[in-house]
Amino acid sequence: MDAFLLQLAAGIATGGIYASVALAIVMIYQATHHVNFAQGEMATLSTFIALTFIQAGFPYWVAFGATLAVSFVMGALVERLIMRPVQHAPILTHVGVYIGMLLIIGNLTGWVFGYTTKVFPSPFEGGGPMLGGLLSAHQLGSVGVTLGVLVLVYLFFTKTSLGLAMRAAAYNPRSARLVGIRVDVMLALGWGLAAAIGSVAGMMVAPIVFLDPNMMLGILLYAFAGALLGGIDNPPGAVAGGFLVGVLENLAGAYIVGTELKLSVALVIIIGVLVLKPSGLFGRVVFSRV
Amino acid sequence: MSAIQETPGLAAAAPRASVARRGAWLALGLAVALAPLWLLESFHLFQLTMAVIMSLAVLGLNIVTGYNGQISLGHGAFFAIGAYVTAILMAQADWSFYATLPFAAAICGMVGYAVGLPALRLGGLYLALVTFSLAVAVPQLLKHRALEGWTGGVQGLFLMKPEPPAWLTARVAITPDQFMYLLALVVAALCYLLAWNLIRGRIGRALMATRDHPTAAEAMGMDIAALKTRAFAVSAMITGVAGALSAAAVEFVAPDSFTFLLSISLFVGMVVGGVASILGSVFGGLFVLFVPNIAESISRAAPGVIYGIILIVFLFVLPDGVAGLVRRVLARLGGRAP
Amino acid sequence: MLLDVKGLRAGYGPTHVLHGLDFAVEEGGVTTLLGANGAGKTTTLRAVCGMVRMEGEVNLSGQRITGLATEDIARRGVAHVPDGRGTFMELTVEENFRLGAYVRRDGEVQRDFERMWEWFPRLKQRWRQQAGTLSGGEQQMLAIARALLLRPKLLLLDEPSFGLAPLIVQDIFGILRRIRAESGVGILLVEQNANLALELADRAYLLETGRIVMSGPAAEIRQDEAIRRSYLGY
Repeated sequence: MDAFLLQLAAGIATGGIYASVALAIVMIYQATHHVNFAQGEMATLSTFIALTFIQAGFPYWVAFGATLAVSFVMGALVERLIMRPVQHAPILTHVGVYIGMLLIIGNLTGWVFGYTTKVFPSPFEGGGPMLGGLLSAHQLGSVGVTLGVLVLVYLFFTKTSLGLAMRAAAYNPRSARLVGIRVDVMLALGWGLAAAIGSVAGMMVAPIVFLDPNMMLGILLYAFAGALLGGIDNPPGAVAGGFLVGVLENLAGAYIVGTELKLSVALVIIIGVLVLKPSGLFGRVVFSRV
Repeated sequence: MSAIQETPGLAAAAPRASVARRGAWLALGLAVALAPLWLLESFHLFQLTMAVIMSLAVLGLNIVTGYNGQISLGHGAFFAIGAYVTAILMAQADWSFYATLPFAAAICGMVGYAVGLPALRLGGLYLALVTFSLAVAVPQLLKHRALEGWTGGVQGLFLMKPEPPAWLTARVAITPDQFMYLLALVVAALCYLLAWNLIRGRIGRALMATRDHPTAAEAMGMDIAALKTRAFAVSAMITGVAGALSAAAVEFVAPDSFTFLLSISLFVGMVVGGVASILGSVFGGLFVLFVPNIAESISRAAPGVIYGIILIVFLFVLPDGVAGLVRRVLARLGGRAP
Repeated sequence: MLLDVKGLRAGYGPTHVLHGLDFAVEEGGVTTLLGANGAGKTTTLRAVCGMVRMEGEVNLSGQRITGLATEDIARRGVAHVPDGRGTFMELTVEENFRLGAYVRRDGEVQRDFERMWEWFPRLKQRWRQQAGTLSGGEQQMLAIARALLLRPKLLLLDEPSFGLAPLIVQDIFGILRRIRAESGVGILLVEQNANLALELADRAYLLETGRIVMSGPAAEIRQDEAIRRSYLGY
């Protein structure tokens, strides 16, 4: 029983990471109806930038905030410069552009920051194991950060005018323009926000898996699985999905398929969800009447 | 700004050339294809062999993604399956290479069909996502301990490229490398012929109609489901055959040769060479093989960055790829409207 | 003059659909554009809003709005209920209302909500429902409410009667009469139902393949049997 609880707790902790990246993915989707394959690479780059700030002597939370700001700007720039020119192009072009960005950003990160694995500090050091030995201070802290980000995002999208405008711009850009919404600005904001959230995920996961240019690829896959499981248009659902995937992955890895095949668990989940219930466990099924 | 042409590319191609003209092009093509046998030494010939193989793999991808609009970012998986089937049969069961080819083709075709079935329910982005996940998961699966007995696990399997047959060596002095090139060329040519026949006929038009106007296609009575799953099967088969050839040419298979980067390379090759273009697949293969080699001499990160930049530049500026450019230049020269 | 349009040309891609239109809407008045399918009525509204490639002079309250982006034209007080109604289907009725008032900075939005609830009680009933689940008539009312929440100077309506049962259409046109009577909003109405449109309007223009072939006071056109028979078919 103890071992099971340990796996469960570890699953929840890693699930928190997946949940934050899933949140970034869903954010982009809410704002643009696109799924950004390069999300992980952008998050990794942000994490390296954070490390640079920290090594330059800034206190952790100042570096954290600065990284959020820089990531936001990066995301908005990517939208303006790379996504905007192809916004009316067919899906194949969009997929190609995401792949292109994945290649460029991922490799650029390696080139600029080097390929050696680096240690990334956690702001939650100094506690021993918590919760009766189930979680470390960092794991608990990162789950807390994830939930905090989620709450803020949820409130933003549902309660604020700007959040509503962003959703409207994604669902129906034509009608959004007719009520005066600057759709182009909304798209850039959406990407910026998603990049910022991704950077949070990167900074939370780096202390655990150590920082190198390939850090996020596997995580991205789990995050996709989580976002799909919870419903691609549903931020709280995506977060729940992320946690669920973390738990499933850990338990399956421990008891069913062995640790080498854990990534395949993500694959199975993705396929299963898309085939059985494409709107996810909590996604809204949209009704349309002419 | 379209990476996919709205009207079938081949219908807009040159009007029926005279038989003599066609014959001349064919002879030229044959000469160009066979010349390397005398001109190139072993290593460069090997590279060209791989270029032929990769172009065949890109052709496979083009059938399902370029012509039929089903975005696959996981074709590296089919390549890997073809390679491993051949490697296992040759290394563990002592089969001859030629016998493994139809086997690899059949298995890849079946797997392709099996992937095509759930793919029916997924559209553009989701399918890309799922196939992308497939591509990432394949190396892991290949390394799994349960299959180690057959796959050789992380270390992989060694095999030998087929020896030139006696009746050939009796007449001509030909090394195994040269023979391998010839073999790859012949198999690729056959597959290209098959694809070309498929595309310019009714089936090709059906594939493209399904890609561009699915509702209209269905309303006209086309069995979309059958079409799409079969497209996947044929596509997987062709890429799988390419994989089989690569196993023999390289004489080695290992999980790390088939990471998701392979799938991405095939995709980039398809876009750069020319989406929905037979000729484009040839350019794509050349691109996939030679650009990384050149780039790697610059720096370790360079291939990826250069790939990415070229991909994006092509998507912005040359959405119909090198083949499209060539087509337009030739048409301009010939005085016809492009 | 609220809306003054001269020499309007517009099209999609290389084709020109409108070949130089002149028309106007007075402050607080109702102008209707009539014509058969394909005459260019919808394109005209889109051109006024900057949604399609256009040339010519479009002046709103004396200020030139030609060439402005759609969202900027909306911010100047032009509310457009497009063909298909343009409802945000995935969002709730409440959210559609909030979006209608998105650009407003005055403090009277809540009051306008209440006014809309009074005019369209069924929308208040369905407040938290997803807009896509509303009936056709309710969606049309939602579209009109959303447009009015902008507190526009000019209301553009694209075939409000389209696809609706006759009784519902009567309701809708009752609302339009109320708009004309109670608010000062000018209306540019595109309609295929010429009879209803002419009853409501002050001025009428008849469009045929991108050109205005007839214009005049709506009442006159309505009474002229010859014109009605040959151009409007009834």
